[in-house]
Amino acid sequence: MKLGTSAIIGGLLFALAIFVGLFAPWLAHTDPVMGANLMNAEEPPSWIWWFGTDAQGRDIYSRVVHGARISLTVGIVSQLVNSIIGVTLGLTAGYWGGWWDDVVNGLTNLMLAIPSLIFALAIMAVLGPGLTSLLIALGLTNWSFTCRIARASTLSLKSQGYVQAARVLGYGDLRIMITQLLPNMVGPIIVIGTLGMGGAVLAEASLSFLGLGIRPPYPSWGSMLSEARDQITTAPWLSVFPGLAIFLTVLGLNLLGDGLRDVLDPQSRSRRT
Amino acid sequence: MTVAPLIEVEDLRIDLDDGANHIAAVEGVSFRIDRGETFGLVGESGCGKSITALALIGLLRRPLSVAAGAIRFEGREIQRLSAAEQRALRGNRIAMIFQEPMTALNPVSPVGRQIAEMFVLHKGKGWREANQLAVEALANVRVPAPERRVKDYPHQLSGGMRQRVMIAIALACDPDLLIADEPTTALDVTVQAEIIELMRNLCAERGTAILMISHDLGLVANVCRRVGVMYAGRIVEERRSDDIFSACAHPYTQGLVDSLPRLGSRAALGRSRLREIAGVVPAIADFPAGCRFNPRCAQATEVCRTTAPETTWLGAGGLVRCHHHA
Repeated sequence: MKLGTSAIIGGLLFALAIFVGLFAPWLAHTDPVMGANLMNAEEPPSWIWWFGTDAQGRDIYSRVVHGARISLTVGIVSQLVNSIIGVTLGLTAGYWGGWWDDVVNGLTNLMLAIPSLIFALAIMAVLGPGLTSLLIALGLTNWSFTCRIARASTLSLKSQGYVQAARVLGYGDLRIMITQLLPNMVGPIIVIGTLGMGGAVLAEASLSFLGLGIRPPYPSWGSMLSEARDQITTAPWLSVFPGLAIFLTVLGLNLLGDGLRDVLDPQSRSRRT
Repeated sequence: MTVAPLIEVEDLRIDLDDGANHIAAVEGVSFRIDRGETFGLVGESGCGKSITALALIGLLRRPLSVAAGAIRFEGREIQRLSAAEQRALRGNRIAMIFQEPMTALNPVSPVGRQIAEMFVLHKGKGWREANQLAVEALANVRVPAPERRVKDYPHQLSGGMRQRVMIAIALACDPDLLIADEPTTALDVTVQAEIIELMRNLCAERGTAILMISHDLGLVANVCRRVGVMYAGRIVEERRSDDIFSACAHPYTQGLVDSLPRLGSRAALGRSRLREIAGVVPAIADFPAGCRFNPRCAQATEVCRTTAPETTWLGAGGLVRCHHHA
């Protein structure tokens, strides 16, 4: 199996982000919250302070490293929830049709009509800020595209000979969905999923930026940007490094999503070998 | 005392329900297949052979439904079985191979896994054992190097190989009845002969009955002991296949026989054109009154246009539905 260049670059960027997140306590130089020391306030990037320090004298490098944990947790977990909801609804709606299809379609249209960030904002407003409510808010608001794709794939796959054949061979509905339909739509679902993961990282940043996500002093890339916006002219490194972290993670996920699409299609796989 | 047939279809009627009215797509179809027997259904496209086969395995979907008659498998009526009982029959006791080996296999699953799945599904085997059985099953259908082929995806195999895999899947659970719906239409002639031979041998070894569905009278007569000729939703003639070329009774069957090219016959008949049956099969919605073949029949008389012919029993288990049968 040969991976495309974009999948390799994307995969490396994403792997780097995960590595940083996993080993944050060992990679960080100081404690991201308690490591404040006013003696070192607003130092520009140097050999001692790789990414500079903020107004409280906290090491930006350490905060970005710890921020990876929150951003990636939110990105991965919320998109996983979205994919599960979307695939379950879309697959069953497309397969069974009838009133269930109408219900799912109505729900999907409703979700698409409301901008998901506004919806997430509303949920956050009710649940209050914090990691758990962030996961719930983003996990419940972004499944509509996955659902659409899953439903559309199901509709087109349903009439395929092998799905009909499976029925003739005595497969039950659930077995048909799991062995025949799901594997054939996994490519687009994963692509949408990785892209959605990037979207969730951004959405977390936006919500935190608006003060509804992770609250300071805990470091998330979005909340760091939010804090840094007053000093963007005097201390640009405060916003550049968390911004760069978001950019690289989302870019990595998008490249990975693109590259995976080619790999996951068994026909394009054989074309390349 | 006769032994109960493996499958018995009695006066089957399949309705096409387009919301406003019910139209009988298949009507008064009866036949029986004994254990290990081979029976063929022949007819033009749209004459109802494939939906009859779907009815046998309980898989008619809206707008089609069984409106009257009975299908009994080992004496049990298929329509009365629960969904789960029907599922347990499908693939296990009654299996089916399709026309299109290109699309009938799941493209993202290795073929070995697709065969193994049958053992897991119907025989309750574990995956390890099922995978070994899959290699044996591939060997049985004469696929070379089966232990390597099981890992192949369908697109890596040729059409003939794929149809072999289909046969391996269908025969995996040693079914009592194999329904072959145009099994070789998509294959070229030399491969066709191999596949038919393979299917016939495997079924004969295991005592599996075959219901073969095709538009190719020559092929069906070659494989099957008895042949039913369907026209516009009715069986118009049923004969032992040995008799069908020499003594067919229905003008439609005669037409099918005449339209088969025969080696050397062109010269013998003075380079005459191959004869065809004039006209086309009527659409389901406007089947003619009386005998449904009358608009295309050279021997049609007034009675053919008004009254549907009754079944006439011929000797040696044959039957025909024609007012003017020979």
